[in-house]
Amino acid sequence: MSHLSKLESQSIFLLREAYRSFQRIGMPWSMGKDSNVLLWLAQKAFCGRIPFPVIHIDTTYEFPEMIEFRAWAQQHYGLQLIVKINEEAIARGVGYATHDPVTVTHELKTVALRQALAEYQWDALITGIRRDEDPTRAKERYFSPRSSEGEWNYKDQPPEFWNQFALPAKGAGGHVRVQALLDWTEYDIWLYIRQERIPIPPLYFARNGKRFRSIGCQPITHPVPSAASTVDEIIAELYATRTPERAGRAQDHHERNAMQKLRAKGFL
Amino acid sequence: MHLSASEEVLPIVVIGHVDHGKSTLIGRLLFDTGSVPEGKAEELARAAAAEGVPFEHAFLLDSLLEEQAQNVTIDTTEIRFRTERRRYAIIDAPGHKEFLKNMLSGAARAQAAILVVDAREGVREQTRRHAMLLPILGIRHILAAVNKMDLVDYSKDRYQEIADALAALFAELGLPEPISLPLSAREGENVVKPSAKMPWFAGGALLEALDSVPSPSRLDALPLRFVVQDVYRRDADRLVAGRLETGTLRVGEELLFWPGRKRARLRAFAEWPPESTPQQASAGRSTALILDEEIFVERGMIASSLDHGPIEAREFPAKIFWLGPDPLRIGEAYELRLMTQSVGARITEVDRVIDAETLSVRDSFRPGVEANEIAEVLVHTQRPLAFDNASEIAQTGRFILARDGRILGGGIVLGARYPRASLPPVHQSSPLFWTEGEIDRSERARSLGHRGAILWFTGLSGAGKSTLAIQLEARLFRRGIWAYVIDGDNLRHGLSSDLGFSAQDRRENIRRAAEAARVLADAGLVAIVALISPFRADRRKAREIAEAAGIPFREIFVHAPLEVCRARDPKALYARAERGEIPEFTGVDSPYEVPENAELELPTHQLSPAECLERLTKLAQAAIALPNRPSLREDPAANI
Repeated sequence: MSHLSKLESQSIFLLREAYRSFQRIGMPWSMGKDSNVLLWLAQKAFCGRIPFPVIHIDTTYEFPEMIEFRAWAQQHYGLQLIVKINEEAIARGVGYATHDPVTVTHELKTVALRQALAEYQWDALITGIRRDEDPTRAKERYFSPRSSEGEWNYKDQPPEFWNQFALPAKGAGGHVRVQALLDWTEYDIWLYIRQERIPIPPLYFARNGKRFRSIGCQPITHPVPSAASTVDEIIAELYATRTPERAGRAQDHHERNAMQKLRAKGFL
Repeated sequence: MHLSASEEVLPIVVIGHVDHGKSTLIGRLLFDTGSVPEGKAEELARAAAAEGVPFEHAFLLDSLLEEQAQNVTIDTTEIRFRTERRRYAIIDAPGHKEFLKNMLSGAARAQAAILVVDAREGVREQTRRHAMLLPILGIRHILAAVNKMDLVDYSKDRYQEIADALAALFAELGLPEPISLPLSAREGENVVKPSAKMPWFAGGALLEALDSVPSPSRLDALPLRFVVQDVYRRDADRLVAGRLETGTLRVGEELLFWPGRKRARLRAFAEWPPESTPQQASAGRSTALILDEEIFVERGMIASSLDHGPIEAREFPAKIFWLGPDPLRIGEAYELRLMTQSVGARITEVDRVIDAETLSVRDSFRPGVEANEIAEVLVHTQRPLAFDNASEIAQTGRFILARDGRILGGGIVLGARYPRASLPPVHQSSPLFWTEGEIDRSERARSLGHRGAILWFTGLSGAGKSTLAIQLEARLFRRGIWAYVIDGDNLRHGLSSDLGFSAQDRRENIRRAAEAARVLADAGLVAIVALISPFRADRRKAREIAEAAGIPFREIFVHAPLEVCRARDPKALYARAERGEIPEFTGVDSPYEVPENAELELPTHQLSPAECLERLTKLAQAAIALPNRPSLREDPAANI
């Protein structure tokens, strides 16, 4: 069995375990490459019909190309889509013009997600984070419990092995993050996009010598120099590069261990 | 050349005692192979300088602020790098005892291991504990890196000393000898290329040793095991969703679903997109099955081929590790999960607890297993469980124990017995068939902790048979041995109420007693029969009934002179016989044939009751001891 098939199988296994273990499931979907691979795998896991809603946490700073893709994919896959905006923070004037990127990310992503969790009472969120993206994500579990505040107790994570996962005790509150892409690398994601011909937004492909390698809010996401305008060319580029994937994501680099601090509070 | 989708990734875990340099070694490996992202090392060096701490290669791995501040790995992490040969997922596992759960969470994903040992300290407690866990985790390929050679002046002798100690340790643990090599992670000696400082070592650098670890063996060649996760409905079809853990499966093949051995044929696979649905699946594939018959299949079941099924039982021996925090207690209820099966379970025996400090076996009676200990135990489940020995199929031979959703420990099945060759499958029309012989005698015996047996007390009325039988029953029972007395006189109130005292009826009464005792013993009990049974032929018949059924039979001649018995006459039978109320009463007007080959003779007019009881207990325990096991534990509290 090929390496990609093993990854695919493990993700499908995790998605099915999640569906069996939890009553109310939501799947955050950013329309990014990983998110679309996750969507694809969920289609596979449930034989063509995803049995839970996908949630877009809309910061209102999205690239128009992403919003366009969202509309297309919703139609194409027949998704139950929930769009969540932290209206309260927007009303308070939280934004990149006036606030630092860590604060805005926290308010418009983490807090918005918390609001959605409270509103829809999900007991599990299916995420598309990967170990190779960031050193704190490398320490994640497949099933990761979060407190009712959405916080991650990274200093005392439950044991997890042999595809047996910790489940919350009854009445524990909070939710569980089921991280179905944890084993994948950026490189695997692109190999799989090529193999399966998975639709992705056009921003990933180079135009005028630049492309986006990782996509977040428009004001704090920067394209990297690249001539890769096809999936094949992107794969060739990644094979050779030593630049980290999230180099173009400003909130990660705002301060030392910014991601740890963001993630401990509930950022994906 | 670019990697193809099929190029393998070898997950390899780095383990060993705390502070022996695991994270530093990985950091060095990444650094020297150019696998560190651009700017990362500089960023960490800057951050370290800003906080006034020296830069450590371990910072590349220990990403949490707390880890960097304390220079200790708290939780496992994983990082990728590649060589000419293949890709690696290097898993860094914490060495601190407190973080064993995190070490396991990382190590369980690995196919190979690097065991790091400090050249100054040598083998330490966590070195041993981690090594002991490797066979449970199914990791067979082990590199032993003797690190910090710079601190022992690259001494060949010191290296050899530790390499020898490791070889001895691995031999003791039944592991293949590790491939040892000396290195200094901090100085980068013998990590990616051979070291000029250790010209005496010809074994090559770590990187070369890594590349020589063989690829994981293929799971296709093992017997088929499809693990059911869920059943989905799609239009008219029921889709049995799960993963083919081992073996291969083709459309049209017949499957047995365990527990229960229900049979159905694979009509088709169901996958999305429909055009990619295969005709054949190989090990590792998540898929869904459409069966040709509407049999009841649910989450937890394991499908096999008709001829190589798993074991189905409620009890099995296992080797476990316990994470705690609370100790495992014998007899307490836990949730046992094996693949997608979940059943109530308890540990009924703790046979051996292995001390990681000394590797000695603590075999004294223990009420349980403490956190971080490894033990050999007997597991008992509430419902039948389908499983394999881990040595046969690792995927279906390992399990976890949990409570309230929290995983408390894990283990592998060791040395359980497969059923006799090809048990017939269950047909829907005969749902009762599988109950026959489902629990065999040895399974019962393991569950009860002893075998069944018949202890046959013979002797004159008043010799002391009933008295001793009742006392023995009480003593055995209080020691956890299921004993039951069949008294000849009591039998006549029920089972033999239609019988009189003719020679024929007496013979029949003895036969019935023997048959009743056989049933009890077959059920696992110690049947204590107290019956005058004066004739050798009748006692021989009773022995034959037992031995034909494979049940141990012990004849005990309870003996006292007739005058003594007459004087005792506890049931006033001699008086009645002498008045003619009981015809042909043994000792009055019917003979007693003294046994010629009794296993035990108890002259009750010479021995004290306590002495008789002692001899009886010894005889009983020898008769019912499980094979290959020490005799049952003495319970000092059970003196009666």
